[in-house]
Amino acid sequence: MLGLSISACTGGSESTPPAASAPVRNPVDPATAGRVTGTVTLIGTPPAAQTVKTASDPNCTATVKTEEVVVGADGALQNVFVYVKDGLGNLVFPVPSEPVVLAQKDCMYRPHVVGLQVGQTLDILNEDDTLHNIHAVPERNGEFNKAQQFKGFRNPHVFSTKEVMIPFKCDVHRWMTAYVSVLDHPFFAVTADGGTFSLEGLPPGTYTIEAVHEKYGRQTQSVTLPEKGAQEIAFTFKT
Amino acid sequence: MLLHLFALLVAASTALLIFAGGMVTSTGSGLAVPDWPNTYGYFLWTFPFKGWVGGVFYEHTHRLIASVVGLLIMALAVWLWRAEPRGWVRRLGYVAGAAVITQGILGGLTVLFYLPDPISIAHAGLAQIVFCLTMTIAVATSPGWKRGYAPGGTSADDRVLQRTALITTALVYLQIIVGATMRHTEAGLAIPDFPLAFGHLVPPEWNAKIAIHFAHRVGAVIVAVMTIATAGHVLYHHRAQRALVRGTVLLLALVTVQITLGALTVLSGRQPIINSLHVVTGASVLATILVLTLRAHRPRFTAEATVRAARGDAGLRDAGRTVAPGDLTTRKSGARA
Repeated sequence: MLGLSISACTGGSESTPPAASAPVRNPVDPATAGRVTGTVTLIGTPPAAQTVKTASDPNCTATVKTEEVVVGADGALQNVFVYVKDGLGNLVFPVPSEPVVLAQKDCMYRPHVVGLQVGQTLDILNEDDTLHNIHAVPERNGEFNKAQQFKGFRNPHVFSTKEVMIPFKCDVHRWMTAYVSVLDHPFFAVTADGGTFSLEGLPPGTYTIEAVHEKYGRQTQSVTLPEKGAQEIAFTFKT
Repeated sequence: MLLHLFALLVAASTALLIFAGGMVTSTGSGLAVPDWPNTYGYFLWTFPFKGWVGGVFYEHTHRLIASVVGLLIMALAVWLWRAEPRGWVRRLGYVAGAAVITQGILGGLTVLFYLPDPISIAHAGLAQIVFCLTMTIAVATSPGWKRGYAPGGTSADDRVLQRTALITTALVYLQIIVGATMRHTEAGLAIPDFPLAFGHLVPPEWNAKIAIHFAHRVGAVIVAVMTIATAGHVLYHHRAQRALVRGTVLLLALVTVQITLGALTVLSGRQPIINSLHVVTGASVLATILVLTLRAHRPRFTAEATVRAARGDAGLRDAGRTVAPGDLTTRKSGARA
């Protein structure tokens, strides 16, 4: 069954349309899974990070820098959400029981960009000695605005629909933003210090990989992954 | 006289509330307090001062001022009910009370539904109505109104002035609604230059936000022209009427300030204080032209009251009420004035 489904999603069997196939649960076979790794680079002069004026809240004592564009050595672009946009067909993946934590710490959202699966809990936590609100502005999921009165306050939230780069705001501290992506599979990553990402445990197949940045937009690439294969790709954004 | 002073205080506090509301929108703090009617789970008046930070400061302050203004307007309505002999003035108090309650509910709904444009614009529009109602009560309870403004007891019954002032009042209100639509649809910088639009008299390209913004600029020109027309009429035909001339001079000054603030709002990239001053000055323009309109219509109140008194259907409802000395002429000629 697993083999048939993978064959269908990779286009190997024209007689069995993917839409007609029954969903396949827990489809990843570690013996055949591979990975897609790569880097995201920014060409051009990035805007310098600005120090944010936090005087409107005396409890925000840490230095806050803007995170819209964070670039490391050799143009390595951080905070890019990279994920499998297409190619998984009707495969259905288990939802992790572990929550993903989005913290409000030092009057910033930590991390700035994060991903999780539909049905997985996003655990939003106030780690500051001040109050915050959590204001999510999705397009496909429902908008919500919740209070976080004090340090240690938690607001668990579960998304019901996949959606990439949902803006999160704190209206108390206007400079605080984050982006949360919700997918129906586990193949996503956020670029780290070196602009690197890794999508591990992918079944063999042909995939569309998309990289999304809050300022520089979206790019896609197609990649074919053989059994136990490893592919490396690179995305390049321009200022 | 005390009632008039109290009505003036209520009107002034309403203007302060409009400024505070402008600061909420200008700083983008409308959702900084997610709950309503509570504030972060606290009753409004017990919310700890430690939490008055960032956007919460603007939203919470707006709510506190709103609650005080609400109580003041309710007190004014009760005072009018107890002491005001003229039925139409008492009814103004009741309408103001109902309007401020509705206004509070609209404010809560716009928070709970994440600032939908129609509710937010209605909230901004009703704020002006509440302000106008308090100003009308202040005018109607003033000594000048009771004696008919002119030393002899009546001012000129100028139908042209009455119509011009009334039309200008309606246009100013419409202009404020367009302005509120511009604010709440975030079209305030849709045209980033001033006085031109993208370097042209008319924008070379259009979308909904540019259209709303440009409509507000065209509205400003229309209001300015109508203000000058009204002012010219007063200064030419009613130079001896101090009540009209004072209002006209103030109106001209406020419109000048308002257009300047509008330009500065664009050129400063919507600096919050400038932006909010633009909002409250717009309300002041509306209140001033409204007062001018009421004063221009003052002779008609006396005339209609005289007709009703002659018919024998006026004043009877108010029998037994205490009449202030300033109301004696009113009582003799009927209940309308």
